[in-house]
Amino acid sequence: MLKKLGKAVGAVGGLAVAAMVAGSINTAVAQETIKVGVLHSLSGTMAISETTLKDVMLMLIEEQNRKGGLLGKKLEAVVVDPASNWPLFAEKARELITKDKVAATFGSWTSVSRKSVLPVVKELNHVFFYPVQYEGEESERNVFYTGAAPNQQAIPAVDYLAKEEGVQRWVLAGTDYVYPRTTNKILEAYLKAKGVKSEDIMINYTPFGHSDWQTIVSDIKKFGSAGKKTAVVSTINGDANVPFYKELGNQGVKATDIPVVAFSVGEEELAGIDTVPLLGHLAAWNYFQSVDTPENAEFIKKWKAFTKNDKRVTNDPMEAHYIGFNMWVKAVEKAGTTDADKVIDAIVGVKVPNLTGGTAEMLPNHHITKPVLIGEIQKDGQFNVVWKTEGLVPGDEWSDFLEESKPLKADWITLKCGNYNTITKKCGAQGL
Amino acid sequence: MKTLRLHLVAALVVALTALGLCDAARADAVDHSLARFAADTFDQTQKAIEEIAVSGHPTAEDVLSALAAGRLFVHTADKAVLYRDAVGVLRSARSGEPAEVDTQALKPVRVNNRVRRSIEAAVGSLTLLSADPEKRRQAALAVLKSRDAAQLPLLETALARESDAATRASLAIARAAILLLKADAPDTDRVRAAKDLTSRGDQESAALLRSVPPDAPESVRSAAAAGVTKIEHRLAFWAYLQNMAYGLSLGSVLLLAAVGLAITFGQMGVINMAHGEMVMLGAYTTFLVQDVIRTRAPGLFDVSLFIAMPLAFLVAGGVGAAIERGVIRFLYGRPLETLLATWGLSLILQQTVRSLFGPTNREVGTPSFMSGALEIGGLSLTYNRVAIVLFAVAVFAVLLLVLRRTPLGLQVRAVTQNRRMAAAMGIRTDRIDALTFGLGSGVAGLAGVALSQIDNVSPNLGQSYIIDSFLVVVFGGVGNLWGTLVGALSLGIANKFLEPFAGAVLGKILLLVAIILFIQKRPRGLFALKGRAVEA
Repeated sequence: MLKKLGKAVGAVGGLAVAAMVAGSINTAVAQETIKVGVLHSLSGTMAISETTLKDVMLMLIEEQNRKGGLLGKKLEAVVVDPASNWPLFAEKARELITKDKVAATFGSWTSVSRKSVLPVVKELNHVFFYPVQYEGEESERNVFYTGAAPNQQAIPAVDYLAKEEGVQRWVLAGTDYVYPRTTNKILEAYLKAKGVKSEDIMINYTPFGHSDWQTIVSDIKKFGSAGKKTAVVSTINGDANVPFYKELGNQGVKATDIPVVAFSVGEEELAGIDTVPLLGHLAAWNYFQSVDTPENAEFIKKWKAFTKNDKRVTNDPMEAHYIGFNMWVKAVEKAGTTDADKVIDAIVGVKVPNLTGGTAEMLPNHHITKPVLIGEIQKDGQFNVVWKTEGLVPGDEWSDFLEESKPLKADWITLKCGNYNTITKKCGAQGL
Repeated sequence: MKTLRLHLVAALVVALTALGLCDAARADAVDHSLARFAADTFDQTQKAIEEIAVSGHPTAEDVLSALAAGRLFVHTADKAVLYRDAVGVLRSARSGEPAEVDTQALKPVRVNNRVRRSIEAAVGSLTLLSADPEKRRQAALAVLKSRDAAQLPLLETALARESDAATRASLAIARAAILLLKADAPDTDRVRAAKDLTSRGDQESAALLRSVPPDAPESVRSAAAAGVTKIEHRLAFWAYLQNMAYGLSLGSVLLLAAVGLAITFGQMGVINMAHGEMVMLGAYTTFLVQDVIRTRAPGLFDVSLFIAMPLAFLVAGGVGAAIERGVIRFLYGRPLETLLATWGLSLILQQTVRSLFGPTNREVGTPSFMSGALEIGGLSLTYNRVAIVLFAVAVFAVLLLVLRRTPLGLQVRAVTQNRRMAAAMGIRTDRIDALTFGLGSGVAGLAGVALSQIDNVSPNLGQSYIIDSFLVVVFGGVGNLWGTLVGALSLGIANKFLEPFAGAVLGKILLLVAIILFIQKRPRGLFALKGRAVEA
């Protein structure tokens, strides 16, 4: 009976998903085109974040075509919907590569969806761009990580709080899955290395979509009343943030007392909240919409025109796609072909301007250089940049603060290895 | 040329002396301080705040409060500093006179948390002797936070003058906080300060007492340590009550989400997987109502939820009745098909809302009477949670009345207990089916209005409640409204008492395991229906 039920549920699920996917967009053009895969969830829980990234890819491709395309051919976006279903990411990636014959794919948001796509892009030797900040501890030949590694987001944020706010007690609060767990592990090791005692660190995990924050916020308040300056480092993901911040506001936790620095809250997430009680809470990213550069102004203008919505906001993963797409275009032009092997070799060392007035460079470990910005939430839902790293920070794939991954190194040019152990001088070591 | 300049200088000196050298020098200092705002670095801004706070300049308080509220601007061309006062008039920071400038050229002075803290402290010191008791109380709190020893004399003056008892208490605590940590204060004063703080007895006082440095005299340290123990003891008691309150609040959220299901699933036996989407429709109705109010009649914002309630009931109820007429009535007696069909419907509804409103969260504002918290002793109850508890109880009571005391309720019970007999008595059973399903869905819509206050209004809103709702109904006993009430509250409270020990994730798992075991023992839940109706 149960088995039957399960099967039936599965069947209906498949049907529903298939119906949604039927809307995949094919901007078919008569002559030969270069196809670009866009693998972002347009339905299900992750649609909230990923739909925007699909749109920005369409905008970038349209713009490139207006400039004359690539290698004399037009680009064509192939959009599929993996429906926030992790195994479906692998299936859809395979479909894009083998059936649609896309030259490169831009996609994924959660780490688990990236891990699901990984074996497919490796097997079929593909070029895959991943635009979201993540926990690190990975470097693959076929994947280009245009989001931040922990040293480009988490570590500088903690440094800022310790220096500027004099924080001595830390609450590491996160959603219970791989990104927060790994990031908190790195942060805990880092804080302890800096002399923070175990009793001054509180770690808390909550399920996805957690909505009842009363106990946890009151625990944080209690933890913060030990006579030392306390801050919350939040890796709380997605939907759970809104009720968390609402509860903070309700219980009167102000940013001047206990500031919260978040790694997953951007302009898009704030669009759904009344930000007045959040005034002064922080976020660490590599891009904010409020950054005042001509490149950014241009990008925002184009985005608003493309979406025909004056209120649409831009955010960090959008910039990552902007950088990743431009890098790919440059690499293809440099290699003169979209052949995966040639592009993978050509793209390392490619430099493109980012939106914050600097230059992003693809490093041999397939991560990029980024500035780190700390922003405070303002009343209008935008961020006020209160601190910025002096220069650009290169992405560090294997964290130096974890014993297991300290000796590891990735270099796809000289070592041709993503997990080279500098002590045993062997490739294929296991990290975390 | 040179002589001319000399002459000018001389003339100026004479003029200044005539005006009163003292004032002029002070004004110069203020100009100098104001100029720091134009530098747009937090260090300079902070210096400016400190200087202005002690300058005694007439606009000092206005300028600082404007800075805190983001209403202080620097003109990009001539670097003049201006502020917008509380009613929106642009004034010069230097003179306080209204100023006419191009607002396009104004750049707000940026602040961060550090600067914000300095402003609070500075405004506190400026308003300690204010005529408004509320302002004095705020000032006392600000000094309590900054614990700036330099404010001590001012604090003493304020204390001596104060007539309002509550404000006096705040001032005394602020003084105690300063004295406790002041190394050169007499020991007896410090011990008394520790005692004062102990009698205040909240977490903040405990924090202060804990922060007594280890090099303080023995008597001070022991008084502080005794205070901490006493406060902790007291807080532990309140923490118990607080946990109970959290449990009740979570329970009432569960009750709201589940009570509609108690009708559609409990009374009618329809496994309605689209129940969560009815909640979501209610939340989106609230959003639409607020959207219209924001653009058409902003004055009505505080009553927006009351306007949304009947509409949410009608929208969700209407959709529910339509689903019953269009789909479910063909599937009575086939639970598996109903389950699959309603699950499909839930996906369709979600995606429809996603296409109509976009995948991102929609902002539903909180009316002013629902923000903030109520403090009773060591208990802090947030108004929105209190409102939801009351609302849940009201919805439950009304539903009970409808089912027990109205002709509709009688017919509903008749049809669910024995359909054929009810039909033979002349009840139009199909009409009652649609109405019952509509009623259950409408109540879910009402739940959506409440949940929009504490959760995301997104297409996924319903999903997070559907499992919990079924859990509550099954645990409480299918077909029994009281069971749903008891089930929801006990699950809520159990969850909240497990959470501090086990963590949110493990707590939830433990609870699920407990329920599975319970259902093994009592398959019909807490309050099982008895009699022939059950067997039928």
